[in-house]
Amino acid sequence: MLEIKNLHVKLEEEEKQILKGVDLTVEAGKVHAIMGPNGSGKSTLSYVLSGRDGYEVTEGSATLDGADLLEMEPEERAAAGLFLAFQYPVEIPGVGNMTFLRTAVNAQRKARGEEELSAADFLKLVREKAKSLKIDADMLKRPVNVGFSGGEKKRNEILQMAMLEPKMCILDETDSGLDVDAMKLVAEGVNALRDEGRGFLVITHYQRLLDHIKPDVVHIMADGRIVKTGGPELALEVENNGYADILAEVN
Amino acid sequence: MALPDVKQSATEARLATLRMPEAGCTRDAREAALARLRAMGLPGRRDEYWKYTRPDTLISPEAPKAEVFHTDEPMVFDGFDRLKIVFVDGVFSPEDSDDLTLEGVSIDRLEDICCKDIHWAKQLYGVLEERGQTPVQRPLAALNTAFAQDGVAIHVTGKPSKPISLIYRHDSESSDAILHHVIRVESGAEVTILENGPAASRFNKCIEIDIADGGTLHHVRAQGRDHQRRAATHMFTRLGKDSVYKSFTLTVNGVLTRNEQVVELTGDDAVAHVAGACVGDGDFHHDDTVFITHDAVNCESRQVFKKVLRNGATGVFQGKILVKEGAQKTDGYQISQSLLLDDDSQFLAKPELEIYADDVACSHGSTSGAIDETALFYLRSRGVPAKEATNMLTLAFLAEAVEEIEDEALAEDIVSRLEGWLARHS
Ligand SMILES: Nc1ncnc2c1ncn2[C@@H]1O[C@H](COP(=O)(O)OP(=O)(O)O)[C@@H](O)[C@H]1O
Ligand SMILES: [Mg+2]
Repeated sequence: MLEIKNLHVKLEEEEKQILKGVDLTVEAGKVHAIMGPNGSGKSTLSYVLSGRDGYEVTEGSATLDGADLLEMEPEERAAAGLFLAFQYPVEIPGVGNMTFLRTAVNAQRKARGEEELSAADFLKLVREKAKSLKIDADMLKRPVNVGFSGGEKKRNEILQMAMLEPKMCILDETDSGLDVDAMKLVAEGVNALRDEGRGFLVITHYQRLLDHIKPDVVHIMADGRIVKTGGPELALEVENNGYADILAEVN
Repeated sequence: MALPDVKQSATEARLATLRMPEAGCTRDAREAALARLRAMGLPGRRDEYWKYTRPDTLISPEAPKAEVFHTDEPMVFDGFDRLKIVFVDGVFSPEDSDDLTLEGVSIDRLEDICCKDIHWAKQLYGVLEERGQTPVQRPLAALNTAFAQDGVAIHVTGKPSKPISLIYRHDSESSDAILHHVIRVESGAEVTILENGPAASRFNKCIEIDIADGGTLHHVRAQGRDHQRRAATHMFTRLGKDSVYKSFTLTVNGVLTRNEQVVELTGDDAVAHVAGACVGDGDFHHDDTVFITHDAVNCESRQVFKKVLRNGATGVFQGKILVKEGAQKTDGYQISQSLLLDDDSQFLAKPELEIYADDVACSHGSTSGAIDETALFYLRSRGVPAKEATNMLTLAFLAEAVEEIEDEALAEDIVSRLEGWLARHS
C-alpha cells in the first residue's frame, strides 16, 4: 500500500540532510510501528509524506497504491487516502471544529467524485464517532483545537481519522502527553478502524502505546534511516534496554 | 489664522460647485457649518489626520466618474422584514420606499422638519458634528452639514418591530451625493438601523445619533459592491447613561472609503462598540478613523477592525480612545488587524490612547500578517483544497469583527456576503 524507497530529504532553506535513504513498505491490513530517538527524522518522514512545505526530496520515491505521492498536493494525498495524525495538532481560531470536519469530509468526497454527506447524515455520524472517543458537544462546537488539552487534541485527531476513513493512517506520537485512560481511548479508536484494507504507520517513542495497538512490524529509525526491522519483540527490547544497544549493534 | 493659499483655493473651488438648499430652520446650522468649513479648509495631503489617505478625489469640485454596478444576485438584507427608505443618487425616492409609518418610531424627511416643527431634529442638526470638530477637525463633515441635499430624521420612542433600512442606490455614473441624517433614541427605546448600497459615484454622508439614557441603537452597514465609488462618511454618536451603541460596517470593493466614527460616552455605564470588516482587492483604499471619548464613569468601548487586502490594496486604521479626567472604571478595548494575502498590499495603523483618569483598563493592539501557513497545511492535509482552506482562514480572521453583530441572522447574511466576495476573488 505505502511504499517508500530510498527516500532522501533535506531542508529547503538549509543544507541539512534529514532523511538519508528510508526504505519502508506498509501492506494493507498491517500495523507498522516506527520507534527511534528524538531528532531521528520520524516527524519529517510523516510531513514529507503528507506534503508539508519546507522540505526537498533529493532522491527516492513514495507511492500510495502505486500513485506517486510526492507529485501530489497535500489535499490530493488526503483524497487519495493518506492521513496524518499530527504530533502537534494545530489550533485554528475562528473555525468551528464541526465546520472543519464537515468541510474536510465533503471536500474528500467531492474530490473522489462521491456525493456530499447531507447535514443530517453528517451530524449523526459525527455524534456517534465523537461519543466513542468521549468528545462532547462542546468540543465539537469550539474552534479547532483552541483551548483543548493535550489529550483532547489527540482525541480530536482520531475523530478526524474516524470521520475521513483513510486507507493509510500515519500517527505521529499520538500517545505523547496522554494519561493511561486517554491512551486507551485513542488506542480503541485506532483499533476500531483496523481492517484488512487499511494500513497503519504508528510513530512512537514508547512501547506502551504498542501494548494497546499491537504492531505487526516494528522499525527502528536513527539518523534519517531505518536501521533495524523486526516483530513486536523489538519494541520490548527498546523498552528494556533503550536505543543504545541497538544503535551500537548497527553501527 | 489664515489658511494656506492652496487650501483656500481648493476649498473655494469645491464650494463653487455647491449650492446650499433652501433650508428654512436648518439655515443657521448650515451657515455656521459653512463658516467652520471656511475656517478649517478642506483636508489636504499635508494634514496629519489625512496622512494615510489622499483626500484629493473627495474634495475635487466634480466627482470622478464611477461605473454603476449591476447584478441579478440578491442584495444584502434582502429577505429581511424591514422598513425600506430608498435614496437614488442621494435623493429620497418615495416610489421605491415603504410607507414611513411604524409603531415606536417617527420618520421624516429632513426638508420637512421645519414645516412640521420637529424640535429635537432642529436642535440636533449640526450639533454633534460641531462637537466632533474638536480636538480633531473633520472638514468634510462640516461641508456635509452645510450642503446636505437630503436625509431623514428618525425619532425612536419605542421598540419598532423591524429594522429601519436605509438603501442607497447608485444610478448615475457622475453622481455626487451628500446626505445627512439625524437620529434620536429616547430613553428605553431600541432600534436597528441598516444601511446598504454605494449611494453615488461620490458619497458624503453624515449621521448624528443622540441616544438618551437607557436607549439602544444597533447599526449594520454594507457599503455596496461598486468598484469605482468613493465615500467619506461620518457617524457622530452621543451616548447617555446606560445606553448602548453597536455599529458594524462591511466594506467590499470601492476605490476609496473613509469611514469616521466619533463617539462620546457622556453618561455612566454606557456601552459603545464599533466594528468593521473589509475585504479589498487591487485598486482599493479603505480607511477607518475612530475617535472614542470616555467622559463618564464605568463605560465600555470596543473597536474591532479587520481588513483583508490583496493585489496592492491599502488598509488604514486610525483609532483613538480618549479617557477624560474623572472617567474612572473605563474599559476600553481596541484591536485592528490586517491579513495581507500578498506582498503588494499594505496596512497602515495608528492606534492611540490618551488617558487622564487613573482607574481605567484600556488595551490596544494592531497586527499585520500573512495567512498562517501551519493552519493552511493542517486544513489541506485533511483534504480541503488550498483555495477553500485560504477562504476558511480568511473568514476565521474576520470572525471577531462579524461577531460584534448581535443579531445572528444579520451576522449570517454578512458572512454570506464575505463568502460571495471570496468565491469571486479567489
Ligand atoms: N523545519 C525544520 N527546520 C530546522 N530543522 C528541522 C526542521 N524539521 C526538522 N528539523 C531537524 O531535523 C531533525 C529531525 O527532526 P524530526 O523529524 O522532528 O525528528 P523526530 O520526529 O524523530 O524527533 C532534527 O534534527 C530537527 O531539528
Ligand atoms: Mg517527532
